[in-house]
Amino acid sequence: MSTPVTERAPRVGRSSAAGYRGTKVRRQRVRAAWLFLAPMLVALTLVAGWPLLRTFYFSFTDASLSDTAGAAFIGIENYLVYDDGAWYGLLTDPVWWTSVWNTLYFSVVSVSLEVVFGIIVALLLNAEFKGRMLVRAAVLIPWAIPTIVSAKMWAWMLNDQFGIINHLLMALGIIDSPIAWTASATYSMWAVIMVDVWKTIPFVALLVLAALQMLPKDCYEAAEVDGIHPVKVFFRVTLPLITPALLVAVIFRLLDALRVFDVIYVLTSNSTSTMTMSIYARQQLVEFQDVGYGSAASTLLFLIIALAVVIYLYLGRRQLGVDQ
Amino acid sequence: MNQYQLTKLAKRVGFYALIAVVMVYAIFPFYYAVITSLKPSSDLFRVDFWLSTVDFGNYVQIFTQKSFVRAILNSIIVSLSVVFIALLLGITASYALGRVRFRGRTTVMLVILGVSMFPQVAVLSGLFEVIRGLGLYNNPAGLILSYTIFTLPFTVWVLTTFMKQLPMELEEAAIMDGATPWVTITKVFLPLMWPAMATTGLLAFIAAWNEFLFALTFTLTDDQRTVPVAIALISGGSQHELPWGPIMAASVTVTVPLVILVMIFQKRIVSGLTAGAVKG
Repeated sequence: MSTPVTERAPRVGRSSAAGYRGTKVRRQRVRAAWLFLAPMLVALTLVAGWPLLRTFYFSFTDASLSDTAGAAFIGIENYLVYDDGAWYGLLTDPVWWTSVWNTLYFSVVSVSLEVVFGIIVALLLNAEFKGRMLVRAAVLIPWAIPTIVSAKMWAWMLNDQFGIINHLLMALGIIDSPIAWTASATYSMWAVIMVDVWKTIPFVALLVLAALQMLPKDCYEAAEVDGIHPVKVFFRVTLPLITPALLVAVIFRLLDALRVFDVIYVLTSNSTSTMTMSIYARQQLVEFQDVGYGSAASTLLFLIIALAVVIYLYLGRRQLGVDQ
Repeated sequence: MNQYQLTKLAKRVGFYALIAVVMVYAIFPFYYAVITSLKPSSDLFRVDFWLSTVDFGNYVQIFTQKSFVRAILNSIIVSLSVVFIALLLGITASYALGRVRFRGRTTVMLVILGVSMFPQVAVLSGLFEVIRGLGLYNNPAGLILSYTIFTLPFTVWVLTTFMKQLPMELEEAAIMDGATPWVTITKVFLPLMWPAMATTGLLAFIAAWNEFLFALTFTLTDDQRTVPVAIALISGGSQHELPWGPIMAASVTVTVPLVILVMIFQKRIVSGLTAGAVKG
């Protein structure tokens, strides 16, 4: 690449960004900036923007997996249609609404548990003790294990006949007969939540730990001098101070939980009692080859998550504003 | 021993007991998978908490299976390519976003943030069409392409955060010397960005290594699959006769490299995760 010589050297110092505004250097920098952004923008358009638009479009067609090009426009029939005295379409499908409910239930319960246990683990790791680094590394292990593998590991531990969990519960006299964790309608959602919580506590714990380590020491010393009970200190001082970090962790986890797929697919497959929106949409798209109908489900899922993102951006606006 | 010392002791014991519980909870499932994988198949259905004999039969079985070895190879190729592409596009983009003020910068940042929150299923049908249109269906290259949807926004976001923290003077010196932006990136920033790139590269590698939905949907035959899909699809005679020994052996095999990486780079990973979330 050639090296054009600058005519005027930019002024040095804090005001330099404004200083060479409009100069050749600045124009060159802005041009270079867009040039550097171009590959990324092209890549994101190719794998995110365009496919998303196509998904929206497919949701208004009768496209099938084998023939997406020959799809015919059918309006909102995938969502809702009145035919021969009855309503049909996604919005009337009880399985879809079950999957919406399952997704929300899974998200709220698992994220709540993760936050509570994440805070506890973070508080433990924030204390000074021997072997702290070792414990922190150990706590990270569940996070590093691929979701598929953790689902398989737990599926084996939860196995109804030979699983160690039933074995332990029976040895302790908590249950009389083995529980079919992943097959029963009552327990399978809890099995899924259990695995998800196990895997993602580290993430929440690390974010909270990072926030804890940035807290000022002096107010704790003051509280100690005044003899205030540690539990009270936690709720009155620590919790309010780590709330921003906690909110970020919650939103990140919530967005992940709303699109959950892997763990459920491996643990309980397409069973209705744990079916989430992602599982439902993929089943329609790939297994039933109904791209139009599946895309309608994907579109609704996208809208729900977009709503969550908008709320997040609204909450995070202040942070983002400071950044710029 | 007086009352005060007694409570203090009780607190210490309680604290370490809690630590022990957390440790066991975090490690036990993996430990149990390792144990299961090292059992001879005759002992498989007896619950043991430790090993009496070590048997590598399950490992021999999966590594003599061509499709599993092939899947590991595919996973390595896909993950490394994804990391390379994400870092290459990420470092240039983050220079533009972190060091240059221009109109539309905020919009680009918001778009990146938005894409990072996409549910993968939402682009599944559209992406399927793109991949088939490019002739990349049932091909690891299709996975490399599709994985940029989640690795690229994250990489750009974190690298931009790091890029912003570097002192202004560095770049001004380069501009004074008449260096072009490209030279500035490669000669001034790249050497300073290595730690950040190692962190984001590591996280991108883990994300790509673990990805399941795209890999499941965009590949069809055994020889094109990645490891997570290969493990998920290991099956026995029926749903109730899963070969748990080999499944655990395969699970341990793909997890051990990750666990070692995490142990070595835990500091970096933690800083990368928190930079992506807390500062983002």
